[in-house]
Amino acid sequence: MGEEKKEERKIRVLIAKPGLNGHDRGAKVVARGLRDAGMEVIYTGLRQTPEQIVETAIQEDVDVVGLSILSGAHMTLLPKVVQLLRERGADDVLVIAGGIIPTEDIPKLKEAGIAEVFLPGAPISKIVEFIKKNVRKRR
Amino acid sequence: MAEGDIEFVERIAEGVLRGDVRSIARAISIVENEPRLAPLLISKIFPYTGRAHIVGVTGPPGSGKSSLIAKLAKIWRKDGKKIGIIAVDPTSPFTGGALLGDRIRMQELTGDKDVYIRSMASRGSLDGLSRATRDAIKILDAAGKDIIIVETVGAGQAEVGIVKVAHTVLVVLCPGLGDEIQFLKAGIMEIGDIFVVNKADIGDADRVVLEIENILEMASEFLPQKPAWAPLVIKTSVITNEGIEKLVRSIEEHYAYIRGTSEGEFVRDKIIEELVDIIGENVREYARHLITKDSMCNEILERVLKKDIDPYTAARKILAEMLKRREF
Amino acid sequence: MFRRETLEEIENRLKEWEKLVQEETKIIPEREKEFRTLSGIPVKRVYTPLDIKDKDYMRDLGLPGEYPFTRGIHTTMYRARFWTMRQFSGYGGPEETNRRLKYLLKHGETGLSLAFDFPTIMGLDSDHPLAHGEVGVCGVAVDTLKDMEIIFDGIPMDKVTTNMTINHPATVLLAMYIAAAEKQGVPPTKIGGTTQNDPLKEFIAQKSYVFPPEPAVKLAIDIIEYCTKHVPKWNPISISGYHIREAGATAVQELAFTLADGITYVKQAIERGMDVDQFAPRLSFFFAAHIDFFEEIAKFRAARRMWAKIMKEWFGAKKPRSMWMRFHVQTSGVSLTAQQPENNIVRVAIEALAAVLGGCQSLHTNSMDEAWALPSEKAVKIALRTQQVIAYETGVANTVDPLAGSYYVEWLTDKIEEEAWKYIDRIESMGGMIEAIKKGFPQREIADSAYRFQKEVEEGKRIIVGVNAFVDEDEKLEIPLLRVDPEIEKRQIERLKRIKKERDNSKVQQRLAELRRAAERGENVMPYILNAVKVYATLGEIMDTLKEVYGEYKEPILF
Repeated sequence: MGEEKKEERKIRVLIAKPGLNGHDRGAKVVARGLRDAGMEVIYTGLRQTPEQIVETAIQEDVDVVGLSILSGAHMTLLPKVVQLLRERGADDVLVIAGGIIPTEDIPKLKEAGIAEVFLPGAPISKIVEFIKKNVRKRR
Repeated sequence: MAEGDIEFVERIAEGVLRGDVRSIARAISIVENEPRLAPLLISKIFPYTGRAHIVGVTGPPGSGKSSLIAKLAKIWRKDGKKIGIIAVDPTSPFTGGALLGDRIRMQELTGDKDVYIRSMASRGSLDGLSRATRDAIKILDAAGKDIIIVETVGAGQAEVGIVKVAHTVLVVLCPGLGDEIQFLKAGIMEIGDIFVVNKADIGDADRVVLEIENILEMASEFLPQKPAWAPLVIKTSVITNEGIEKLVRSIEEHYAYIRGTSEGEFVRDKIIEELVDIIGENVREYARHLITKDSMCNEILERVLKKDIDPYTAARKILAEMLKRREF
Repeated sequence: MFRRETLEEIENRLKEWEKLVQEETKIIPEREKEFRTLSGIPVKRVYTPLDIKDKDYMRDLGLPGEYPFTRGIHTTMYRARFWTMRQFSGYGGPEETNRRLKYLLKHGETGLSLAFDFPTIMGLDSDHPLAHGEVGVCGVAVDTLKDMEIIFDGIPMDKVTTNMTINHPATVLLAMYIAAAEKQGVPPTKIGGTTQNDPLKEFIAQKSYVFPPEPAVKLAIDIIEYCTKHVPKWNPISISGYHIREAGATAVQELAFTLADGITYVKQAIERGMDVDQFAPRLSFFFAAHIDFFEEIAKFRAARRMWAKIMKEWFGAKKPRSMWMRFHVQTSGVSLTAQQPENNIVRVAIEALAAVLGGCQSLHTNSMDEAWALPSEKAVKIALRTQQVIAYETGVANTVDPLAGSYYVEWLTDKIEEEAWKYIDRIESMGGMIEAIKKGFPQREIADSAYRFQKEVEEGKRIIVGVNAFVDEDEKLEIPLLRVDPEIEKRQIERLKRIKKERDNSKVQQRLAELRRAAERGENVMPYILNAVKVYATLGEIMDTLKEVYGEYKEPILF
């Protein structure tokens, strides 16, 4: 009768804000939106280093890491997060980013392993949809 | 269960016993998400549990539990203790989602390899502690954590579950919550081994201490005999560090007291509770299955709906049917 | 203001008219069931004298330049002088900023404005691990007095005024500014400018905080006290609603929280024994101009009236100047869209017009591409030209407060004031803004508003042209590259190293120790910080010394 139980797998998301910028309106609105879409959202607070973000992602065993950045330091910080995740063997974690990111940088970020970049005006429903479609079955 | 599953669980269990962070994290995900695999995983690690001191921390939102836990963890780290922290936050009953933000106040612990923090959503458990949380405690225990701190939030009924798993229960309050008195009446006073009046740097902490002492005294008058451990009331501040060291030592004293007197009883009680819970859960699941899916039991349901028979009679009939089939 | 018979007549007629409306809306229904302002205030079909029947002209409006200053703080307003057109700018290293400032001066600007990079805003030196990748990115990097000397090299500091957008480390930057001027031979009495120095809104919205609320406010008051005595032409504080609004607050919340912050500063300054009429005239404010035209105008008018009442009735100010709410306005950054960026020119024009009709003292108009990058030169020029068109072509500046007497605008002014008082009362009953912040009250209110707004946009209840309606399907969002020379970070760190080696380090240690003791004693730390910057103690060293005494603020768990 164990089979009767639904294997309920909640999507766990880490929302993190690397860099010094404190504008957390976007991060918090997205965190709430994902919660309302039924996900479990862990928020780390402001000003986290890539090392701290990755350590948290590993401990919390999240499916998704969402990085909010507006300070212009994205080319330094975002690829670092992906690289550190890989080093820890957590390359199955979906990494997405949002914020003010120049279009020119997006291909470079995708090459570095950022799955998608959401620019200003992107509706939360799009982010939810992307996560649901791309979250990997992990083992 | 497929071969691959067994292999996977065994690999994770080995990792847990080695204290590997990723394995611990995965193991907790298994007990949260995969009821099929969880029993196997627990069977592999259970022999290695029972060594950790489990500390429950509960209290209303805004009382500063997470910051206080960060402070305690820092001191225990200096003593060379390995720490596991489980922070439970409520799941939204409407969306099934949850916002887990306790880590914000524990940022200073991130990066210490011997501190593991896990945020868990309550996922609809009634007493604030789901089975997954209890299993997560076992995982951290088996992984060699010396002290496991479990933080639950809420007021009234939601945190009493903590008593079933923790050796030592801290109830954290603070001045200026407004309705602290009501909170104290809500039944939480019975569960605390140590009452912490946090944020002693702001507001009138002494008044809150006095209030708690009064309530404790009144409560103890109704007890047939004085308990051997009289609950302590300790004032703390994470800003000035007032009382933190004292709190740490008191928690250790309480643990020593438990071990010296009633640990056998405590463990026994805990396991009885757990067995009853697991059996209850299985029985409930099976009952639900029969009532909704089995034609005979379904008929009984229909009769109740038509007011043909009453719920007690119906339940007796269904229970008899369950026992006859012996399928669970 | 109206005769009773007139009001009765209107009331009767209005009943008849409603019937007519009922008939007509059966044939052509209105676009919405309910109309609301951007901030959610319900808006009626039509406003009449009935909606402002309790108004007393002299009590509630008065004449321009007269209490309660609803119509403006000056008698002639823009007939005498237009508002100051001030554009905030600057990034890079001190050298680049120096060149930029010189260029602006050559073109006739005398009001300079300094934006600092994030490490400086957070009180960190350029070689701090968290600074990596952010040095000189969103503003100029300042580590020591040397950087300030370079920024103002060849610029006569008695001839310019400088706005410094800096908050928790404001004491240090102001000290550096004073010291740099002294090196030019300019005494503190001759320098002018503004430090934003509004630490409370950092907790509420901007989140560039360092210290816990109490010491942060203490430092802000140190600046007010020091400037009142020694730097009389300096505006020590710019109490800012802009960031609160940008973080998602409604117009009412922006107004209420800003005034509550202002009340806190005034209370604390008085508690320190300062005379309200001595420091109050130098307080200034900073608001946003968002896109709901009338609501913004009403907000500015309500703000002036409320502050005048607060200063006169709560704090017993005597000088009219103490009751003046002087304010700078910036058009709303969050109302700009990344999509179809040219549309932003129109938005900025409407917002700027609201600021002018609301009676601002100075105005910054955003550039159309500012939603995502430092603006291009062309975009900056259009933004400035927008102000000039409003000033010189539209005629709106020819009379003072032209919208006064509009039934809707007066009603809305009252409504916003009423709602803002409710918030202020609530904050007061919590024990003031500092306590409210500790409880997370304003933070939670703003997060709720921001989320509500986002949901309304996503559900199509709020139309944003080019974003959720009238979308150009084939538009590809092009956010241009912000080029920051990595050399700036390297150069800044090298200079920092060199200074640390060359300066008299024992003196630095001694002055930092003196600063620590002064902070522990609760003294005004400005003189000690000034002493420390003069021997080239770094921003980070001074801030660390203060952190040891005051502690650091940790964010509460709020969504």
